[in-house]
Amino acid sequence: MKPKVAFFDFTGCEGCQLDALNLSGEELINLLNAVDIVNFREVVTEREDNYDIAFVEGSITRESEIPRLQNIRDHAKVVVALGACACIGGVNCLKNHLPMDEALRIVYGKDARYYDTIPARPIDALIQVDYYVRGCPPITAELLKVVKALLLCRKPEIPNYPVCTECKMADNVCVFERGMTCLGPVIRAGCGAICVTSGRHCWGCRGLVDDPNLDSEKDILKKYGLTVEQVVEKFKIYNTYAEVTK
Amino acid sequence: MKQVNINVHHLTRVEGHGNIVLRARDGKIEELMWEVIESPRFFEAMLRGRNYDDVHHIASRICGICSISHTTASIQATEDAFGIQPSEQTLLLRKLLFNAEILESHVLHVLFLVVPDLLGVGSVFPLVETHKDVVLMAVRLKKLAYNLAELLAGRKTHPLSCVVGGFAKLPELSELEAIRKRLEDALVDLDTVVELVKTLNIPDFVRETEYIALKDTKEYAFISGEIASTDAGITPLDKYLEVTNEFCVPHSTAKYTKNKRDSYMVGALARFNNNYDQLLPRAKKVAEELGLDAPCHNPFMITVAQVAETVYALEDSINLIDQILARGLKEEDNAVKVRAGRGIGAVEAPRGILFHDYTYDENGILTKANCIIPTNQNHNNIQKDMEALVPSILNQPEDKIRHTLEMLVRAYDPCISCSTH
Repeated sequence: MKPKVAFFDFTGCEGCQLDALNLSGEELINLLNAVDIVNFREVVTEREDNYDIAFVEGSITRESEIPRLQNIRDHAKVVVALGACACIGGVNCLKNHLPMDEALRIVYGKDARYYDTIPARPIDALIQVDYYVRGCPPITAELLKVVKALLLCRKPEIPNYPVCTECKMADNVCVFERGMTCLGPVIRAGCGAICVTSGRHCWGCRGLVDDPNLDSEKDILKKYGLTVEQVVEKFKIYNTYAEVTK
Repeated sequence: MKQVNINVHHLTRVEGHGNIVLRARDGKIEELMWEVIESPRFFEAMLRGRNYDDVHHIASRICGICSISHTTASIQATEDAFGIQPSEQTLLLRKLLFNAEILESHVLHVLFLVVPDLLGVGSVFPLVETHKDVVLMAVRLKKLAYNLAELLAGRKTHPLSCVVGGFAKLPELSELEAIRKRLEDALVDLDTVVELVKTLNIPDFVRETEYIALKDTKEYAFISGEIASTDAGITPLDKYLEVTNEFCVPHSTAKYTKNKRDSYMVGALARFNNNYDQLLPRAKKVAEELGLDAPCHNPFMITVAQVAETVYALEDSINLIDQILARGLKEEDNAVKVRAGRGIGAVEAPRGILFHDYTYDENGILTKANCIIPTNQNHNNIQKDMEALVPSILNQPEDKIRHTLEMLVRAYDPCISCSTH
């Protein structure tokens, strides 16, 4: 029997799910031959509570989301965090720098009392996560690689070296040489350094490598006359949760 | 005694989380509500304190489907605040990139989200068996939109190369030439889409409302112009708050809006009603073939207006590429001089008019942000449409009422998580 795959979304932009559909015709047909997609609210009406693999998108920002997430963990054999919000908290955690009532007041003004919110968290702050498909948004090819590995009951191989390695292979001019700040030296690769290749710098959306060489990053900053504060401001965009829980 | 009790929890085949609630007894409506229950994300709070160069990168994350719209409106607001006038080349590239998003978003809605209703299935997936050609065409058109965006901005979802002042990287002319051919082929695919949509059984429901869209004297407006209303005429961008009048309702985490009437509509049909004359010839022909005339007051026809706009996006992209190929591309100086001030950006996202309004301090740090999303502006209109529609269908079986209401909300192509930014 084909494994049953479900997609779920919490707080986020749903871009990860959308990009999961960025397949060629052949890829889509092959995927549907290999798995049954039983739960995918954004594009499918039918729903089922019986599934093997759950892809979970978004971070957790309301109390009411917690039991829903735990219920998914109870039903699924494998839980995969999909995208930066689910894996590391992502941009949603930028609000964690403010008291929640202030965030509510800024957005809803005098009507703030109608609404509730809690500091944003990645899903592994609440449940056990088996695998991570990182990025904002994830690279579709990496998502397919993870699906294939799961179907073969293998552990997906996700790089645990910094973006710099891939950036050099992509023949990019180093961002620091261009006089800008970059998170590439400490952020996990797997994206092919797409942001630098597209003319920008690494924003850190895939999270830190397991054992980041922070001293080396500091040396680089010093060499190019940049400050730690400058890089921390960039780091906060996706990695506020890692920063404040450390 | 007939009771109707409909509770659609987490409506499917829309972006984000919303519920439809209808309770009626003996032909009398006791409760009828479009509830938006999506978790809010607080972007207006999160953008405060950010450097201008990070702002559009963060603002893009308001929406995974219309991230090019948010990026563009965000950059425009920052440029307006700093007094930067983008170059002719930048405007051509931005329009072309924008068309990629219109193409992708409309194809997603028409072929992935609406067509399953037409063919009596719950999603596009079973169609791989029964209507393989349609699915392959849908995938092909989506891929084309992705590839066009990749060429111009590195990727489609959360574009990378767009920056305040221009583009951080330019495409190769040879790549533009190659994709031009695929855009022409796609026009042939659109003929098939038109034939498919012709068979769509569109509910005959009319409720006139106020239709609001950007209007530009030079072209069918997507990334320029002033605010046009079918009730109130033209309003300059800097007075947008006089049009939107946002307010909160307790059953929705998304804000509502209204202008001259109880509610107004934005999106493909609102654009069509305001700017029909400026559509290009093939798009006009497709609208005519599909029985869409301006003004049209049937919200179910939004999908048809999207098909006409998809054709427009292809025609316009071919024209834009021809212009770019004729003039060539050159590296431009994107250096930004920051200054304190307020700026407003407005674009026609696939689902309608979108405003970003920023205030910066003298160091280019954002101190205040306001974003008004198309779907926010449509929520109230969806509610009013339901109130007008339900009495006329209340004698039908409950399943049929439920399905019609689901189709109504789906017709608006709501981007719910966007609306609870």
